[in-house]
Amino acid sequence: MKPAPFDYAKPATVAEACRILSEAGGGATMIAGGQTLMPLLNLRMSQPFILVDINGIAGLKGVSRGDGGTRVGPATRQSEALRDATLNRHLPAFVKALSHVGHYQTRNRGTIGGSVALGEPAAEMPATAVALGAMIEIASVRGTRTVAAKDFYLGPYMTVLEPDELVTGIVYPDWADGHVVLFREVAQRPGDFALTGLVGAAEVAGDRIARVGLAFFGMGPTPIRMVQAEALLTGAALSSLDVDAVAAAGVADCAPFDDHHASAEYRRLVGKRILAATLREAFNLKVAA
Amino acid sequence: MSETISRATVAMTVNGRRHSAEADARTGLGEFLREALGYTGTHLACEHGVCGACTVMVDGVAMRSCLMLAVQADGCEVTTIEGLAAPDGTLHPVQQALHEQFGLQCGFCTPGVAITLAAVTRDNPAATVEDMEKAMSGHICRCTGYQGIRRAIRQLAGEVPGPHGGEHA
Repeated sequence: MKPAPFDYAKPATVAEACRILSEAGGGATMIAGGQTLMPLLNLRMSQPFILVDINGIAGLKGVSRGDGGTRVGPATRQSEALRDATLNRHLPAFVKALSHVGHYQTRNRGTIGGSVALGEPAAEMPATAVALGAMIEIASVRGTRTVAAKDFYLGPYMTVLEPDELVTGIVYPDWADGHVVLFREVAQRPGDFALTGLVGAAEVAGDRIARVGLAFFGMGPTPIRMVQAEALLTGAALSSLDVDAVAAAGVADCAPFDDHHASAEYRRLVGKRILAATLREAFNLKVAA
Repeated sequence: MSETISRATVAMTVNGRRHSAEADARTGLGEFLREALGYTGTHLACEHGVCGACTVMVDGVAMRSCLMLAVQADGCEVTTIEGLAAPDGTLHPVQQALHEQFGLQCGFCTPGVAITLAAVTRDNPAATVEDMEKAMSGHICRCTGYQGIRRAIRQLAGEVPGPHGGEHA
């Protein structure tokens, strides 16, 4: 038995889950797929008094279309989302990023909401939520609120979620049909956390980039929205795009770290190169002579 | 189940047989299978989701038994390595391929490897070498016997792997 002792609850409704979280006064943790949380429990890095299993709440599963966006229930399994026709049709960047999350075996159990809500800085789905402009719906006994993904992440595994709050949905706004998917990651092995990676989408009208959203993962304490690169790209003409300047601007917003896999400087170098390569490939641009 | 529990009776079907046993809330599924039900074919190694040795099928879907609690598998159908071969002992095609192609050395990782390949080939009988190798990224063989596993995969995909495939074993 690896985890420290805890009690277990499997509520059937969001209201019941919120009540348990509230009454636990910060001592409860939610489990959905558990593919990130279970290792933390087994290593005793997380020691909740109560584990609240949200897999029994039917309303937290599935994908739906609404008002200019696609809503993903947080308890939707990653493997189901990968196969989902709506997500493949409307959010190809989301599906592309998701195909790099963990392994076949962990995607069969892991959930979208777990990945988004935990906020591992090197994970694909938090950066995808930031890049695509997702809104995160949150509930507690105190009511509901919605937070933009770009304002949701505070640090590694730290978010604006209060201990009594539960993510009830992630809403991704629509991107125009035929939008360009931007994705690349560098990892030591398939399925490992990325050393660094990027995800985003762009709408192109004629020769101009009309709209773009881009974020790095593995390049700082949170997913990093490339604010400066987005500003350079938005409205830019593809025929005269200075890709290297955009790539330099992209990493300017980052705060990568040193660890036993790579130095911060290496991450910055790789980040710059994959951003330049991704943009050239996506927009079919030649390397300047 | 809306009340908070620290211990529960967990009932599940394992390889077609119904079982029921007590478990602490914190008991992992892999540990429950081994310690409470005696299915010691499921191997626990890293116990944080990295190595893949403990992979079992829950309701037909391959997943890590170390990353799931026993109480979460209450009412589920679980398939372990003991459930792959036919009752008369005829090996599952995945086991046969691993056997014929020397796809195991010490055998510790093999139960998980076999379960993953069985799930992939069942869901897609036309699974390609690439499909199976992608799924295999979720397994570590610390003997580094990967080339034998890859030969077994080629056999499963209907290719002729040849004796050691001209590669290092």
